Amino acid sequence: MTALLYLDGVNRSFDGFKAINNLSLYIEPCELRAIIGPNGAGKTTMMDIITGKTRPDSGEVFWNEKVDLTKHDETEIARLGIGRKFQKPTVFETLSVAENIELSLKADRSVWATLFARSSSVVEGKINALLEEVALLEFRDKLSGELSHGQKQWLEIAMLLAQEPELLLIDEPAGGMTDAETMRTAELFKKLAKKHTLIVVEHDMDFIRALDCKVTVLHQGTVIAEGSLEHVSNNKEVMEVYLGR
Amino acid sequence: MHNRSMKIFLAGLFVIAVVLPSINLAMSGQLMPNYFVGLLGKYICYALLAVSLDLVWGYCGILSLGHGAFFALGGYAMGMHLMREIGPRGVYGNPILPDFMVFLNWDKLPWFWLGFDHFWFAALMCLIVPGLLALIFGYFAFRSRVNGVYMSIITQAMTYALLLAFFRNEMGFGGNNGLTDFKDVLGFDLQSHTTRTALLILSAIALAAGLLISSAITNSKLGRVLVAVRDGEMRTRFLGYRVEHYKLFVFTVSAMMAGVAGALYTPQVGIINPGEFSTANSIEIVIWVALGGRGTLVGAAMGAILISLAKTLLTGWLPELWIFALGLIFILVTIFMPEGVLGKIKSSKGGLERLRNIFSDRSLS
Amino acid sequence: MKLLGFFLLLLFPLYAGAQNFESLVRELPNGGYSERGEVISQILKSGDKRIVITLQALSDGALYASEETGDIFIGEKDDLVDFFTQENLDVTSDSSIKKIKVNNKLRRLIQTGIIQAQHFSPLVSDRMQAAEHAFKDADPERIEILQEALVQEQDESVTAELKQAINATILKTDADIEMKKQAILELSALGAKARSPLSVIADVPELSEAYEEALLIIKNKERVQKFGQNMWYGLSLGSVLLLAAIGLAITFGVMGVINMAHGEMIMIGAYTTYVVQEIIRNNAPALFEYSLFIAIPCAFVIAGLVGVVIERFVVRYLYGRPLETLLATWGVSLILQQLTRSIFGPNNREVGNPAWMSGSVEFIGINFTWSRVWILIFATVIFLSLMWFLNKTLFGTQIRAVTQNRSMAANMGISTGKVDALAFGLGAGIAGLAGVALSQIDNVSPNLGQGYIVDSFMVVVFGGAGSLWGTVFGALTLGVATKLFEPVVGAVMAKIIILVGIILFIQRKPRGLFAIRGRAAE
Repeated sequence: MTALLYLDGVNRSFDGFKAINNLSLYIEPCELRAIIGPNGAGKTTMMDIITGKTRPDSGEVFWNEKVDLTKHDETEIARLGIGRKFQKPTVFETLSVAENIELSLKADRSVWATLFARSSSVVEGKINALLEEVALLEFRDKLSGELSHGQKQWLEIAMLLAQEPELLLIDEPAGGMTDAETMRTAELFKKLAKKHTLIVVEHDMDFIRALDCKVTVLHQGTVIAEGSLEHVSNNKEVMEVYLGR
Repeated sequence: MHNRSMKIFLAGLFVIAVVLPSINLAMSGQLMPNYFVGLLGKYICYALLAVSLDLVWGYCGILSLGHGAFFALGGYAMGMHLMREIGPRGVYGNPILPDFMVFLNWDKLPWFWLGFDHFWFAALMCLIVPGLLALIFGYFAFRSRVNGVYMSIITQAMTYALLLAFFRNEMGFGGNNGLTDFKDVLGFDLQSHTTRTALLILSAIALAAGLLISSAITNSKLGRVLVAVRDGEMRTRFLGYRVEHYKLFVFTVSAMMAGVAGALYTPQVGIINPGEFSTANSIEIVIWVALGGRGTLVGAAMGAILISLAKTLLTGWLPELWIFALGLIFILVTIFMPEGVLGKIKSSKGGLERLRNIFSDRSLS
Repeated sequence: MKLLGFFLLLLFPLYAGAQNFESLVRELPNGGYSERGEVISQILKSGDKRIVITLQALSDGALYASEETGDIFIGEKDDLVDFFTQENLDVTSDSSIKKIKVNNKLRRLIQTGIIQAQHFSPLVSDRMQAAEHAFKDADPERIEILQEALVQEQDESVTAELKQAINATILKTDADIEMKKQAILELSALGAKARSPLSVIADVPELSEAYEEALLIIKNKERVQKFGQNMWYGLSLGSVLLLAAIGLAITFGVMGVINMAHGEMIMIGAYTTYVVQEIIRNNAPALFEYSLFIAIPCAFVIAGLVGVVIERFVVRYLYGRPLETLLATWGVSLILQQLTRSIFGPNNREVGNPAWMSGSVEFIGINFTWSRVWILIFATVIFLSLMWFLNKTLFGTQIRAVTQNRSMAANMGISTGKVDALAFGLGAGIAGLAGVALSQIDNVSPNLGQGYIVDSFMVVVFGGAGSLWGTVFGALTLGVATKLFEPVVGAVMAKIIILVGIILFIQRKPRGLFAIRGRAAE
């Protein structure tokens, strides 16, 4: 079995503080993986390392077993097919909802191509379909800055889908969502996992349970347990550092 | 809204800077005095300069304090051609060397003056020199992700270094006197009414072109990428856009536009000197854009004209008061009207619409 | 009178010499040149402190005597002072006052006498001066005196100077070649200073080899001295840059606020110095020497208050919008400049240097200007006090807390608004202090601040915003680099090179040399 994403012995410290400590992770194609851990466990730093925002001090990060991600920057990694949703929803607030999707759609990203890009019915159709999926079609021409927190979450998920990435890194998608929305998100992710690979970082245990997938527990920058939610919940160390408290 | 303000502005520009001066010329200058035609031309050059800055600052968030330098470089390129056109009519009567070189006892033209006797070459240089500087400077700066105030500070340093360099006599650009005493351009007397009117109309055309090019850029998908970079540079990278290429593109286009403004400025004002490289000049351009409304293009042009007009009026009347007024404009605009005059008008209209919607919703329920 | 003198003589034996000296001076006008020579010899032996002044005046024709009263005067004919009482008397019209004449023979006697007296003076400074003169004159006739002085000399530095003086003198005598070669070798260790004494043997064929060798040594020495001098100039410029930038390091580095009016805070400090000096000049001229010490707290308070006002009325509305802050503070800077121009006029104002700020001292071949030395000390003191203040006081801790985590600091009960205002005021106040120092070496005009603003930003950006040590390192590096480039490419080109260098440097390290790393900085 080949790994889509492979981290081995990764370390990263900030001014002496070890944010990532000998972290290893192995993600298979079309896998849905949940990552949990207390604050400061290194979840965001891990995502920064995968997406090229932060360089590891040591260790290996490989994509498709061939591409060394530590040698590429954010743009190149995004173009490889790794999409990311941030913890705090980040949309382009002064662009309309539709424009946010338009910029995210898979297309030639070069300066000339964007300068001479013409809108077409195909593009419009794609935008509308995506907005339909996240129930934002009626806000299509609204400035995204005027959306509510939960709507921004949905918009960002739609933007992520528009990129058609192979791997989706999703940081706390359920924040600001209602219970019903959270469940809908979980369903959406499960559906996506049929064709894509997803890594989801989340605090919300109901959400993790709904995802019903393999769970990795991070603590102090390292993996302390891995397996089904039930399995890790019964792990002594996990109970101590995370669930037990 | 955007297109409407653009149309109104271009129509106004056409009347004031094309129709009226033409009528004036036909009436042999009874409508506006010669100096007023020159003044108008100067304002329009400033307006083009403001539009060029708005393109990078308003849309891409790059607060360049180097646009005074790009402007001056364009001005110098044109000035060099005008110097060469003086020919043997200088004080020293040297057919090849400009007066200041004779004064410095130089015996031949420095290599970088070669070619400037051709108008087409000089015109090309007005675009290439600022453009190339922006390209090289921007390449290094954007690649290293220098942004925000750091970008402002190093563009300021660049401008300051050029200021010092152009003050040196050894540089071959006339030292602190700069280039002046021009006689004519393409054989037309620079003092004549017809030439001045023609230059004014040319400036108006350049401004219109600058506005249209800028609005074409900002209304394209590329324009939306620029705004995305302004609002969330990191996010744009994660979408797979090569942010530095976009910044470099818009920075270079903008620098070339500023160069054109400078090139048109020099023959109308009759002098170009290192003072154009001063920090104060570059920052003043920023306040034109801020007052007019950044990211509105037309607002930037109007801001430039408005402040320059006020400067002309006030410095003539009470020179001390002008500096106080300018200082106050800086403070008040940034604190109370960060979106500028045109931005304010826009947002208040939006507000009105929203209010109307609320009322219509109520009446429905 | 004589009786009284006698009593005094008994009571105060120490005064015997003095008494003797005075009566000898009174003897001077009497008799012809030979008697006068005799008196001069006795004066030289009297051991009085005033010997040199008196005899030098005599030799220069500046000693007068009244034929009627026998009083002795010193000075120019139309501006005479009583020799003993130092009273300024208007005696211009008194025709009985005549110059005490000397001939060339007496002059020579006086000169050798003075030199001798100086060489054997109990004061080290006198002996040093004599040795320095001997080095310059290299008078072969004096060589015996020099050798005698050397034998008796106890002080190390005077001994060294005397040895070199003898070396320089030997070259002019007919001493043997080996001795001269030795002298040449020893002289060459002096570097540039040895050039003029060595010039006398430039054309002596037997010594040409030794001469060439010495020149080589001197050249190397000079290179080292020049380098040392440039290093000092660089260090000195660095301290000026540090002074100018350190306030900015707080407002920009620590608070993240771009204060384009920072240069004007320096200007306010300089003008405060000017006003303080004017008040002192008009009311208490005696205090002039201390005017800078009075100006220091005034400048700090005034610039600091202006800073607080700027923060409260402008900057605080713009936190989190650094580009707008840049614009607004530029507006403030324009207003402050114009205000100064309206009040004090556009021209330079004269700020005086107290005596201890003027002049210079030479040390190991390097010339140190006192004003520059004091500025270096001043900058160091300010830097250290600021370090102490930020790290060891409650307010300093509060500033750091607010900059690191504003909302948490607020939750802990720190009044963030107050801290912001005071921190901004602190930065401005320190700029004011810089103004006091810079008023001593720069033109005090409304444009004073504009000259420093670009440089200060360069220092902070180069050193790394947020790090005071970075600011020190940045200032000193830029100062030294500028001064090392200057002799090679000229002042303006050096500055351009430095600016371009910094621009390139920022490309490599966008957050400066001592950047704060980690997630908080991103």
